[in-house]
Amino acid sequence: MLENIAFLQSDFFTGYIQPVLVITGYVLLLVVPLILAMAYLTYAERKVLAAMQLRQGPMMVGPFGLLQPLADGLKLLGKETIIPSGANRVIFVIAPMLTFMLALVAWAVIPVNAGWVLADINVGVLYLFAISSLGVYGILMAGWASNSRYAFLGGLRSAAQMVSYEVSIGLVLVCVLLTTGSLNLTDIVMAERDWWVDLLLFPMFIVFVISALAETNRAPFDLPEGESELVGGYNVEYSSMTFALFFLGEYMNMILMSGMTAVLFLGGWLPPFGIEALAVVPGVIWFILKVCFVLFVFLWARATLPRYRYDQLMRLGWKVFLPLTLIWVVIMAGVLVYAEALPNMAGG
Amino acid sequence: MSVFLDRVARGFLMTELVKGFALTLKYMFKPKVTINYPFEKGPLSPRFRGEHALRRYPNGEERCIACKLCEAVCPAQAITIEAAVRDDGSRRTTRYDIDMTKCIYCGLCQEACPVDAIVEGPNFEFATETRAELYYNKDKLLANGDRWEAQLAANIEADAPYR
Repeated sequence: MLENIAFLQSDFFTGYIQPVLVITGYVLLLVVPLILAMAYLTYAERKVLAAMQLRQGPMMVGPFGLLQPLADGLKLLGKETIIPSGANRVIFVIAPMLTFMLALVAWAVIPVNAGWVLADINVGVLYLFAISSLGVYGILMAGWASNSRYAFLGGLRSAAQMVSYEVSIGLVLVCVLLTTGSLNLTDIVMAERDWWVDLLLFPMFIVFVISALAETNRAPFDLPEGESELVGGYNVEYSSMTFALFFLGEYMNMILMSGMTAVLFLGGWLPPFGIEALAVVPGVIWFILKVCFVLFVFLWARATLPRYRYDQLMRLGWKVFLPLTLIWVVIMAGVLVYAEALPNMAGG
Repeated sequence: MSVFLDRVARGFLMTELVKGFALTLKYMFKPKVTINYPFEKGPLSPRFRGEHALRRYPNGEERCIACKLCEAVCPAQAITIEAAVRDDGSRRTTRYDIDMTKCIYCGLCQEACPVDAIVEGPNFEFATETRAELYYNKDKLLANGDRWEAQLAANIEADAPYR
């Protein structure tokens, strides 16, 4: 007993073990709800699509089919993992893990409430941008390691598409940063903008949401897994948990992009439209509601829009969004300088 | 020029997109057209042609008089009947088989029947695990008749004014 107390007071414990335990606790606090959200996003997607197609959606497992994600997960766990004989085994197995982990790791910098952030770093936006760019590697590796034509073509398409739309996302981020003067996501949420600056940002919000659809390979930009021409794209050869990880990674990316949209454009955990009376509701709730709203738009788009043709996709990315965002950066910068509304102007 | 401006304005204001999104949102709140099948079932017409049944008279005597009109009219030749004179002198079937894998559910057998003995009932959930179970014999058909008699009688009565 006495030794135990001595151990608890030792430098090794207070210096190393305790912080690690605390950090692990925080990480679990964030990751467990996220994984639950991810599971129920699949359910929400099926229900929303069903409702918009006048169907009922899953109804059998549990009340209103609420246990369906659980059943799906268990089913995938129970399946056999098949690795094609021609595949590069190591990369084949690493690819889904990479996709899944990158999508989770990015959450480290997203503030879900005032001060509720794992890593309050001052280059949060750059970190997010870097991680979401790395996401393309998982898909590219999967496409290449599968040693299958469909998977290869899917991987190629996905890489080209994500790289193209990252350009416009980057320029949209520049527009946002012009109005906030900080790369820290908490500062971005707290930045006070005039109403006309918000109005100027609105087109960029639209561009960001559309680019986010392309970035996460969601309908109407789901060419990498276009079943009509590529069977299943980069994930044709995957089965069991490796497939589940890809699937979850895709949904995790959707939640991440929605979180980014909420933080960058919708004011994060702050009550909507700056209504002070609504501040009685905790900030986390507002953040979750905003994320849910953007996610609903993702699903809504899937129910509404047919898939783009590949050349149309590239045309939209390079010939519409890129010039538009470039011009908008110039316009915004010009207007902000003219109105002396640049965030750090007064100070220096 | 104005056509060009019109197109550009439409493209940038995304009017078509907004219209499409509004439509799907509207449909989201419409009543569903599907039902929760094994727990809820859709309405069936009295003329619905499902699983076959051989009916009896209320006193328990089987209706079929072995006239073999159904066997003759059956376009899929799914019905096989053998007949003999029973001890009380009435003509009855000794064998009445329907191969349900051949049957096309045209309903001609019940049209041909002069005594409303062979009918197609409201049951459509009679899938089996083996093929052999779908070769129905007289016992099976009579059992079906006993099981569904209430609904069969009600359906025939409901449809009678139109015949």
